[in-house]
Amino acid sequence: MSGPGFSPGTDDASGDGRDLQLTPPDRAMLAGEEGPAVAMAMRLVAGLARAAGARRLLDVTGAHVDSALCQGRASLDFAARLRDLGGRVRVPTTLNIGSVDLLHPGLVGGKESARRMGRETMRAFADMGCEPTWTCAPYQMVNRPARGEYVAWGESNAVVFANSALGARTPRFGDFADIAAALTGRAPEMGLYLDRNRRADVHYHLTGFSGESLAGEELFAVLGFLIGADAGAGVPVITGLERVCEDQLKVLGAAAASSGAVGMFHIVGVTPEAPDLAAAAGPGLRREEVTPSRLSAARRALSTADGGELQAVNLGTPHYSARQAERVRRLLDGRAVHPRVTLYVNLGRDALADLDAARELEELGVVFVTDTCTYVTSILDEGVRLAMCDSAKWAYYAPANLGIEVVFASVAECVESAVAGRVIRDGDRWS
Amino acid sequence: MKGMPLLAGAARGAGLKLAEPISFWGGINPADGMIVDRRHPAAGRSVTGRILIMPHGRGSTTGSAALAECIRIGAGPAGIILQSPDHIITVGALAAAELYPHRSCPVAAAGEGYSDLADGLPTVIRPDGVITQQPVA
Repeated sequence: MSGPGFSPGTDDASGDGRDLQLTPPDRAMLAGEEGPAVAMAMRLVAGLARAAGARRLLDVTGAHVDSALCQGRASLDFAARLRDLGGRVRVPTTLNIGSVDLLHPGLVGGKESARRMGRETMRAFADMGCEPTWTCAPYQMVNRPARGEYVAWGESNAVVFANSALGARTPRFGDFADIAAALTGRAPEMGLYLDRNRRADVHYHLTGFSGESLAGEELFAVLGFLIGADAGAGVPVITGLERVCEDQLKVLGAAAASSGAVGMFHIVGVTPEAPDLAAAAGPGLRREEVTPSRLSAARRALSTADGGELQAVNLGTPHYSARQAERVRRLLDGRAVHPRVTLYVNLGRDALADLDAARELEELGVVFVTDTCTYVTSILDEGVRLAMCDSAKWAYYAPANLGIEVVFASVAECVESAVAGRVIRDGDRWS
Repeated sequence: MKGMPLLAGAARGAGLKLAEPISFWGGINPADGMIVDRRHPAAGRSVTGRILIMPHGRGSTTGSAALAECIRIGAGPAGIILQSPDHIITVGALAAAELYPHRSCPVAAAGEGYSDLADGLPTVIRPDGVITQQPVA
């Protein structure tokens, strides 16, 4: 994320940071009247507010914390310090993924010392009263923020979904800042909390697509990847899409927040703050046409290989909904995964508990991953050279994170390939 | 020049001015402070003990924890000067200062004076945000 700069009118600056006005309760927290953990958290919130040029802090009604993914000793030291100082979250707080799968402890490889540090970091956050949800898709759970609600969320795909699909408001909170907001219930008035930063600056119009090609999620993943790379940290508005489901909004946002720093998008007639183009558009709207050939080029850019013998297939980045996992059962239709291939399905433990077909899928060779994700930790076998995925986000990060080749495809192609043991593509269906 | 302190403190060291921003997550090895992003023009140089000068941060929000880890290990910069304030770097340095106060990495935003800062010169950040560079005699 780039900084807001000093000048008015940029990203989220409303002052130069010397204007921050703290309320008496804010100052009482800083002075330690609510205990040392709250004081430490408030020092971080106030420091962030000054850096963001915020004039004041505002109340948040919930938080989603991404800081439990252990990035080394400092992650654990930070969480343990707050916990040991008596830290308790003040607002309902869900947890993003950690670095180990607590339900399937044999899955994550690497050094035991790293796994232990990962588990201890996760425990420290649960000890502070965060709900042990361990999912990057908290918006798939029963309790989620309503339109207009101010929350403090981490994890880029969750942030973009909250702002875009739910109409809730949250800037993207990074490590440490998310739990600091949860412990104080306060956040700097900045970024996507403010009306003026929620207006679109670039308009993507889809043209030339058949109704059939707009079904499923593949087009939305590629569209998100294309838009993120083009819009950067801007707010896109999209026209030319009519009926869009939540799983499609999810993959679009996750992709746009990976190839770019998109924190919010609008789809006219679909998302809550875009009843029409005028309602969503800000001043100086740039217009881009998205054609089938442009989208096909973006899809090709998501793969680092054309085909070949396959060792792994990854589904569920962001975490699959129970509905998406149930679709894997229909696509497999009783056929077993090829013995040389591992078919991973990443999903939240809540979604797995809701999945009636879990046992049947495991018997066919599906490996469920909960609490973490295959691209951030050592789950894939060292022998994996080529993997396939239906996620633009996974395709974007896995080659560098895991040192493997990746073929991006639709979920149907991924499942067919997992059964066959080699990459099977249907060919181009957009142009 | 007068900068804006984002994490107040005193620091001095040789300036390392980067033409492009770097991400502390994936761009710098926290264990030894080396710039490992091969696409970066300063790849192969070390930030350890330097006053890191760059326009703003880049990349993942995970950069805050990566910066804190780099500071914990003792491989972090002595201080950081940005052109414009940056959330990720500020929060990472603030968290590290809470945990490892003896290794504090002050951060200041230089604003309009940023373009006057040069690479390689002895650089000082004062607690009030004043930044000075000594011209080489």
